[in-house]
Amino acid sequence: MKIGVLAMQGAFREHITSLASLGVEGIEVRRERHLEGIDGLIIPGGESTTIGKLLVEFNLLEPIRELAAGGMPVFGTCAGMVLLARDIIGSDQPRLGLMNVKVKRNAFGRQVDSFEVDLDIPVLGEKPFRAVFIRAPYLEEVEPPAESLATFMGKSVMARQGNLLATAFHPELTNDLRIHRYFLEMIK
Amino acid sequence: MDVTTPEQAKIAEEAGACAVMALERVPADIRAAGGVARMADPTVILRIMDAVTIPVMAKARIGHFVEAQILEALGVDYIDESEVLTPADEEFHINKHEFKVPFVCGARNLGEALRRIGEGAAMIRTKGEPGTGNVVEAVRHMRRVMSEIRRVQNLPDEELMTFAKEIQAPYELVKQVKELGRLPVVNFAAGGIATPADAALMMQLGADGIFVGSGIFKSSDPMKRARAIVAATTHFREPEVLAEISKDLGEAMPGLDIATIRKEERMQERGW
Repeated sequence: MKIGVLAMQGAFREHITSLASLGVEGIEVRRERHLEGIDGLIIPGGESTTIGKLLVEFNLLEPIRELAAGGMPVFGTCAGMVLLARDIIGSDQPRLGLMNVKVKRNAFGRQVDSFEVDLDIPVLGEKPFRAVFIRAPYLEEVEPPAESLATFMGKSVMARQGNLLATAFHPELTNDLRIHRYFLEMIK
Repeated sequence: MDVTTPEQAKIAEEAGACAVMALERVPADIRAAGGVARMADPTVILRIMDAVTIPVMAKARIGHFVEAQILEALGVDYIDESEVLTPADEEFHINKHEFKVPFVCGARNLGEALRRIGEGAAMIRTKGEPGTGNVVEAVRHMRRVMSEIRRVQNLPDEELMTFAKEIQAPYELVKQVKELGRLPVVNFAAGGIATPADAALMMQLGADGIFVGSGIFKSSDPMKRARAIVAATTHFREPEVLAEISKDLGEAMPGLDIATIRKEERMQERGW
């Protein structure tokens, strides 16, 4: 199995390390040809405006949309969640717009307000997940077919819509591999 | 990207910068103006924070922990304890562990990088020679750090303490570098980057990203050059992309030959 990790900007290396811990090869995706032969795609944390602009400039939005429409699983963390959302509050920045959710950027404040918390994520089992939120977004609205998988302070911070998965936090910054494993199971 | 006004911050964001550095003057102008360079006016920083949604960094003088306290109170996302400003303390850096906001610090070699990390720095950048448009010092510093990391990886454990003593670095961090095969924090290139080719060069030498200061707003077409440098940082291993984005960028910043700058005026010599 090969998983593409979008490497326009941001924490792509950390995702590749998490995948390697699960025995899966991560491929850095910067051009359309890098999408060939991948079984899934991760859109990492970073700066969503930067990643979005580079996706437009190097003609990757449509190819990724087509692969997702064809059923290929796509997993977005933080900036990746913003790019997957159909609506971004107060912004018309470039995005994939694949998930039926409305996202609020920098929703918990600035860098000094970044935090870690033990999060209950029922699909992962009873043990809470240590979630790292860095200038994180949350989901203001999650509408079917998207469904929320976890909430924090009454806001959705993880959602799934068929082959699409998004978290507001950074599972790649912890040693807990359960969310990456959950994503890989979406592929089989 | 270094910016001095909300308008410049918007240009940087529009061009795809992943953060901006709020400054009163870019390094080239700090050199030209002379005098004492300090933390920027909070009004300017707040206006820049209002203008963009990307993170906003700001510089504090080396050792000036009160400037840093003020920047943290303003809600700045990252503080650069920077040798570009006139140092406030020529012996001690800020105890960065006391702050919640993350710091970036400059380094010319592995020992300096690990001392800064020992003090609590969450990010490192090469010092380069700011405001010159000459990449030679950034190259020197990046090569030095990377080559010392490679050396540590090949040392047997019993030689680590002597190596730590030689480079004046905390032993535990030297051990950690050996285990990781890299710095325990991100390492950016900074100081003298003026073209997309410079940015890609620094990435190929092992940088995790690029700081551009005077190189953007001292050039003839800042928007175009900023976009090109953003793209070059992503596609640093693709010469045909670099060739395309390097076309028709207008004039680069004039630049300054480092040999003409007296040693005591070189910003990279600041920091201890």
